[in-house]
Amino acid sequence: MSEYIIECRGVKKWYGEFQALKGIDFNVKKGEVVVILGPSGSGKSTFIRTINRLEEHQAGEIFVNGIELNNDVRNIAEIRKEIGMVFQQFNLFPHLTVMDNITLAPIWVRKWDKPTAEAKAMELLERVQIPEQADKYPGQLSGGQQQRVAIARALAMEPEIMLFDEPTSALDPEMIKEVLDVMIVLAQTGMTILAVTHEMGFAKTVADRIVFFDYGLIVEENTPDNFFTNPRHDRTKLFLSQILH
Amino acid sequence: MTTATDINTAYEAPPRTEVGVLGWLKHHLFGSWFDTILTILSLGLLYVVLVPSMRWAVTKANWRAITTNILILIHGPYPQTQNYRVFIAIGLLVVMGSVSLFIYRGENVRGRRTMTIIWAVSPFFIWYLLAGFKGSSFLPLIEYSKWGGLLLSFILAIFGILASFPIGVLLALGRQSDMPIIKWMSTVYIEVVRGVPFITVLFMAQVMLPLILPPDVRVAGMFRAMVATALFSAAYLAENVRGGLQAIPRGQYEAADALGLSTFQQMYFIIMPQALRTVIPPIVGQFIGLFKDTSLVAIVGLLDFLNVSQSILSQAGFLGAQKEVYLFAALVYFVFSFAMSSASIRLEKQLGVGQR
Ligand SMILES: Nc1ncnc2c1ncn2[C@@H]1O[C@H](COP(=O)(O)OP(=O)(O)O)[C@@H](O)[C@H]1O
Ligand SMILES: [Mg+2]
Repeated sequence: MSEYIIECRGVKKWYGEFQALKGIDFNVKKGEVVVILGPSGSGKSTFIRTINRLEEHQAGEIFVNGIELNNDVRNIAEIRKEIGMVFQQFNLFPHLTVMDNITLAPIWVRKWDKPTAEAKAMELLERVQIPEQADKYPGQLSGGQQQRVAIARALAMEPEIMLFDEPTSALDPEMIKEVLDVMIVLAQTGMTILAVTHEMGFAKTVADRIVFFDYGLIVEENTPDNFFTNPRHDRTKLFLSQILH
Repeated sequence: MTTATDINTAYEAPPRTEVGVLGWLKHHLFGSWFDTILTILSLGLLYVVLVPSMRWAVTKANWRAITTNILILIHGPYPQTQNYRVFIAIGLLVVMGSVSLFIYRGENVRGRRTMTIIWAVSPFFIWYLLAGFKGSSFLPLIEYSKWGGLLLSFILAIFGILASFPIGVLLALGRQSDMPIIKWMSTVYIEVVRGVPFITVLFMAQVMLPLILPPDVRVAGMFRAMVATALFSAAYLAENVRGGLQAIPRGQYEAADALGLSTFQQMYFIIMPQALRTVIPPIVGQFIGLFKDTSLVAIVGLLDFLNVSQSILSQAGFLGAQKEVYLFAALVYFVFSFAMSSASIRLEKQLGVGQR
């Protein structure tokens, strides 16, 4: 087996005539924290969504945990079990309680019995610091609380990899920190993380590597230190000058 | 300088004219000149319509047309020596309904599960209770041509509702499918059925079913009407369900996919519960329409409630009893339709539609 938990070779993706990914070569080691940066529309979301098959790539290869991501539904199911995903809009199930949101997949996909799943859910709710909200419905929670439930829901499947797609972009400023804190702890406990985020603090403090996307390509890969202080590419410099004023 | 303790934190009582009976009258009946005129006009209209009707109903009307024929109205030509079976069925449903009101409100999971199982088997039990068995002396077979009255109307409506539900949901999913043949067939079915009146579907079922089935199988008219009702209702239900499906954001599918739920699990746990609860009002409206539409089966010769009601008018003693009979028939349809409507409002409240 290869040393990488995610391997992408020449991944390409078109929406109709429009090419969103133009050949992505990209590997992630187990336990690595990678932050994906890039201007809006550069293909960041498209790329991380191909990794758990929310989008289908049309050329190139993707392996997760050594399993090839292709049209074989068993492979897709196997890979999705190993990947948790957190969305910008939370996407909690509004008709289910927080507890049911979290336990649904462990019970029906992992086939755990209900007490086991609920014990695990309570443990995760403690970890994201909202155990008292277990019986509420998502609509009764603040945005920051909802996003923490979404993180707990993804973690309940005990995934090897977590994908974050702008998890704090839909949040009011005072709630961003409570979500970031959870992500930082997660990163420090050895979870493999692939995160699209504009939170430079998160990128600087916990990322092992920063990947910069533009026009459907990886323009630059670098350590956080070098990326921010000594970027190699002109496009990176332009991007940094825009976001850091 | 103002400190926090200086601020008056007590509340004043609202003005007398804003609360209580006076407040209610002011806000709801006499809020403005226009409201006042509307209120007076409405009261006048109610007086003009209701008072003479009530006077007639109490003093002049000959309600014996209804009371003497009550058994016929309930079950049509179903043999009176066997009609205790109908009443057992009614009693059973009433008991189950009352028990359910308590059980489903409580927290007893075992009790709720048991009750659900009872509901699931009850249609089969009631069916055999009413139909009986060939050669049995205990529960002799009752020919389907003898089922009539409210009993028949209910059987058509309940079967129509129960059978059209799964078909309608499948058609709605079919119409959204990525597979062109399934999509095309569902769409054509829905549009064709919605494009013709119920009566034509009823006639088609009378004429077409015998063509499809083997020649030695003869299907009772009641069954043909049941099939027609279900197939007709399914097309409308499919469109209602589709409306609900369209209201579900893409993120719900994506979250379910990302968690690894299978397509069936997604539909069953995530999509359908949300889609259906948003369309409870139109679906119940459609089922009320279905219940009333069962009165059209008289045209293919079935003795449903409206048909047996009309038959009273040809009885020697009640030749002129149109007013009583039609008023009573309307009242019965109204009571059951209204009950369905109220039940749906309760269901919506319980499920918190529009709140989460
Ligand atoms: N479902 C879609 N259909 C058509 N075009 C899309 C779709 N999703 C994304 N795109 C296009 O692909 C490009 C990359 O989008 P995306 O991956 O969302 O960018 P980012 O996340 O970096 O902002 C954009 O130009 C976007 O308009
Ligand atoms: Mg994006």
